[in-house]
Amino acid sequence: MASKIVTFTLNGRETEVMVKPLTTLAKALREKLGFTATKCGCYEGNCGSCTVIVNGEPVLSCILPVEEVEGQNVLTLEGITPAEGLHPLQQAFHENFAIQCGFCSPGMLMVSKALLDKNPHPTQAEVAEAISGNLCRCTGYDPIIAAVLQVAAGSNGNQGGSHE
Amino acid sequence: MAKLKGTGISSVNYPTGMNLGGDPTQALIHMTTTGTFVISLASCDLGQGLKTVLAQIGAETLGVPFENVLIDTGDTDTGPHCMGTFASRTTHRAGNAIIMAAQEARKTMLEIAADELEARPEDMETDGQGFVRVKGSPDRKIHLVNLALAGHFKYGKTVAGRGIFFKPNLGIDPETGKMDPDSTEAHACVMAEVEVDTETGEVKVLKLQSVYEIGRQVNPKLVEGQIKGGSVMGLGHALYESTEPYYPSPEHRPGGFFEYILPLAPDVPEMEIRVLEYPSADGPYGVKGFGEMTANAPIPAIVNAINNALGTEISTHPVTPEIVLQALDAKQSKS
Repeated sequence: MASKIVTFTLNGRETEVMVKPLTTLAKALREKLGFTATKCGCYEGNCGSCTVIVNGEPVLSCILPVEEVEGQNVLTLEGITPAEGLHPLQQAFHENFAIQCGFCSPGMLMVSKALLDKNPHPTQAEVAEAISGNLCRCTGYDPIIAAVLQVAAGSNGNQGGSHE
Repeated sequence: MAKLKGTGISSVNYPTGMNLGGDPTQALIHMTTTGTFVISLASCDLGQGLKTVLAQIGAETLGVPFENVLIDTGDTDTGPHCMGTFASRTTHRAGNAIIMAAQEARKTMLEIAADELEARPEDMETDGQGFVRVKGSPDRKIHLVNLALAGHFKYGKTVAGRGIFFKPNLGIDPETGKMDPDSTEAHACVMAEVEVDTETGEVKVLKLQSVYEIGRQVNPKLVEGQIKGGSVMGLGHALYESTEPYYPSPEHRPGGFFEYILPLAPDVPEMEIRVLEYPSADGPYGVKGFGEMTANAPIPAIVNAINNALGTEISTHPVTPEIVLQALDAKQSKS
């Protein structure tokens, strides 16, 4: 089948990408557009490392055809990372040793951001539930939950980065 | 049908490294023109923080700031030899090799400083802040950058060092069977509290209390991270993870993370961690290896807790709901 052009908003910018049908969003981001912060651990929607935010909802970009985001608003880790310094969630992950090998971190950060945007003051159980679709082999999750709760405790209502 | 609680305990002695063919790891250090000490290794950081602790060990021995040490790892084509990151050996082995290399590099560094400051090398000391100075005269000092420039462009000297950890293989005494298979040993004790649903066979780990005796801690926050991560990995091994959990035939092996079940965030129990430090005799600054044991020690504690809750004699893992229900059936048919 012929390639087609898909247009969507990526981190606040109108973006076009030409893809074969059923190309996944993760593949388009990483291989066509050079947005490599999004990681693919399993390529079958099991591990959560490919999580990006589409219209405010966390989605698994490794099993989502990019045609599905035509006209939609896609936010990746690049979109919440400021030009200088770190997003409050990134800073809290850093301070709480919530990163070891780092492979799950982009997905953990995006799913945590989606949570705090909807629920700025979650309980520990709500954080654990929110990240329960994301696998981490190194940290034992505990430091990740602590990092998210730290941001929630200091929340000023703007978790957004610059491309909301 | 009920939810039953139980408590179990485990204690573990865990060897650091192994003694096959000397178990060598090498380190090479050289100082660049900007005063950075590059430590070349083939040892690999898996995310546990090896590069951080090895840079700490290098900085401590050289007497320079942590920021002046660059760990260059992971290329076995160009790096010096390392047996590998396994057997909880790498901080111990590479750390010892780095100390040896750093002592040689430090000697040349102090010689250059002595020439520049018109003093004797034995009167030199490092301040840990980036300067080498004359003992007793803290104003007579030279910064590492100036020292590096002088070494390279004035004296034609290379600040460098070679290090190796090597443990001779002494074999087995044919009379007594005595041998020396490892280096130091770390120790752990874990207490687990679980709740078992006797209807579904599901196990929930409520609490893990861990005490680890791991020699000197190079980086306590990384130690804590290793113990927390290992505790949850051990929980997974105890309850969920098997390459052939339900079927004996290889073609039914798990093909993904929906079938090979890992612990998830809601499975994480309350964790309490204590660390004891009894420095080892042969580790760098008293270090013992403890990485792997953190995933092993929780397993028998959790299985013991399940048996304590149910009055069963399960001696296998993972203790899946199927295993729990079978054990309860076996107990009932016995009585």
